[in-house]
Amino acid sequence: MATTTLPSTEQVWTWLADVPDPEIPVISVTDLGIVRDVRIEDETVIVAVTPTYSGCPATSIIELDIETALARQGVEKVRIERRLSPSWTTDWIGDEAREKLRQYGIAPPDRAGASSAGTLRASRLGGGELTVACPRCGSTETEKVSQFGSTPCKAAYRCKSCLEPFDYFKCI
Amino acid sequence: MPSLPDMNATDVVDMARRAAEHQAPRDHHIHNEDLKPALFEWLCRMGDSSLILGHRVSEWCGHSPVLEEDIALANIALDLIGHTQMWLGLAGEVEGKGRDADALAYRRDAADFRNFLLVEKQNGDIGSTLMRQFLFDAWHIERLRGLKGSSSERVAEIATKAFKEVSYHVDRSADLVIRLGDGTDESHRRMQKALDSHWTYANEMFTDDGLDEAVAEAGIAMRPSGLKPAWDALVDEVLAEATLTRPQNDFARRGGKTGERHTEHLGHILAEMQFLQRAYPDASW
Ligand SMILES: [Zn+2]
Repeated sequence: MATTTLPSTEQVWTWLADVPDPEIPVISVTDLGIVRDVRIEDETVIVAVTPTYSGCPATSIIELDIETALARQGVEKVRIERRLSPSWTTDWIGDEAREKLRQYGIAPPDRAGASSAGTLRASRLGGGELTVACPRCGSTETEKVSQFGSTPCKAAYRCKSCLEPFDYFKCI
Repeated sequence: MPSLPDMNATDVVDMARRAAEHQAPRDHHIHNEDLKPALFEWLCRMGDSSLILGHRVSEWCGHSPVLEEDIALANIALDLIGHTQMWLGLAGEVEGKGRDADALAYRRDAADFRNFLLVEKQNGDIGSTLMRQFLFDAWHIERLRGLKGSSSERVAEIATKAFKEVSYHVDRSADLVIRLGDGTDESHRRMQKALDSHWTYANEMFTDDGLDEAVAEAGIAMRPSGLKPAWDALVDEVLAEATLTRPQNDFARRGGKTGERHTEHLGHILAEMQFLQRAYPDASW
C-alpha cells in the first residue's frame, strides 16, 4: 500500500514557504510566522498553525491552502493542529517579509509596537503616538484614519505628502 | 523539533528555530472532576458574554454612520466571536459530553446562557453602542490581564491571545467616548443618557457568587469584585476627559451571568442567531 515515501520535515517546511497568505499573497504563511511546527507521526504530516487574530476568517482558508499544497506534493495524510501559545506576534514577521509588504503597499508593523499592546492609551496620552512611514513615498507625514482597516490585522492610514490612503499592518 | 541541518534558506531555518517545541499545554484543572461543573459554567460566562456582544455589534454591519466605524465594529465583532470559539470550545472539552463551541452557541436556550445583561441590551444609537462597548472593554481588559497569569494554562493562553486584541478595542472605545462626550451638546447629551442607562447593568460585572469563589480558590480567575478598582480608575479617567458625570448608583442588575433572569432581548437574539442551526442541524455548504 504505502508506496509513496514520506517527505522529511525540512522538505515540508520548504513547501510551506511557497504557500501564500490568502489576503496578502506577496508573503507566505511561513513569512507570517504562523506555522509553528512540522512533525510526522504514523505517516501523517502534522502542521501546527497559530491564528493571527482570534476571529480572522482567513485562518480556515490558510489551513485549507496548506492541506491542498501538501496534497499536490503527494502527501496523503495531513493534519492541521491549531495552537494558541505562544500567541502570534507581528515580531515574527521577518525583515525580508516586511520589505515585501512595503513594496506591496502595506506599511509593515512597527518593531517596538508589539510589546506595547495593553498600554496603547497610556503611550498615546504620553505623546508616544506611532510614526508610520508611507509605503509609497516614504514620508512620515501620515495620519491614522482608523485603528481598524480592511482586515483584522490592518489599520487605515493616510499619507499627507502624496495624499494616498494605505494599510498599516498593526502590531500585536 | 525538526532539525534543519541541510537547509540553506536562513529565514526558513530561523523560522523553524522559532517554532517552539510546544504541545497544547497539559492542564490538571481540565480533568478535575470536583471543579468541572464550576469551571464549565465559568467558561460559559466568558464565552457567552463575548458571543452575545459580538452578535450585537455585528448588527451594525452595513448600518454604521461612517464607513470606518462600520469596518471597526465588524472587526471587533469578529474578534469577539473568535474569543467565543476559544472559550466555548474549552467549555465543551471540560464538560466532556461531546458538545463543541457550535453546539453550545447554537443549541442552548436562553436560560442556559451565562452572559452579562449589559451585552444583551439593544444597541440603541451609535453613542449607546459605544458607551456599552467602553464599559465592557474596560472590564474585559482587566479580566484578561488577570487571566494571563491563571493557574489554568489553557485559560491563560486564551487570555494572552485575546488581551492583545482587546487592548485595541478599549483604546478605540475610550477614544470615541471622549470625542462624543466632549463633542456637541447633542452628542454629550446622548452619551450621558447612555451612561446612565447602562450603569446598573455594568455593575453586574463585579458581582461575586459561589461559582466565582470556587474558580478563584483554584487560582483560575480573580473574583469579579477584585477587578473593580482598576475598572474604576480607567472609567473615571475617561469620563472626566469626556466631561461626563459618573452615576452615583451601586445597584447591580443581576440574573445574566447566573442565567436566573435574562432580559426579554436575549430570546430575540437567539431566535435570529440560532435559526439556521435549529432548522437545519449541522448544515454545511
Ligand atoms: Zn505618501
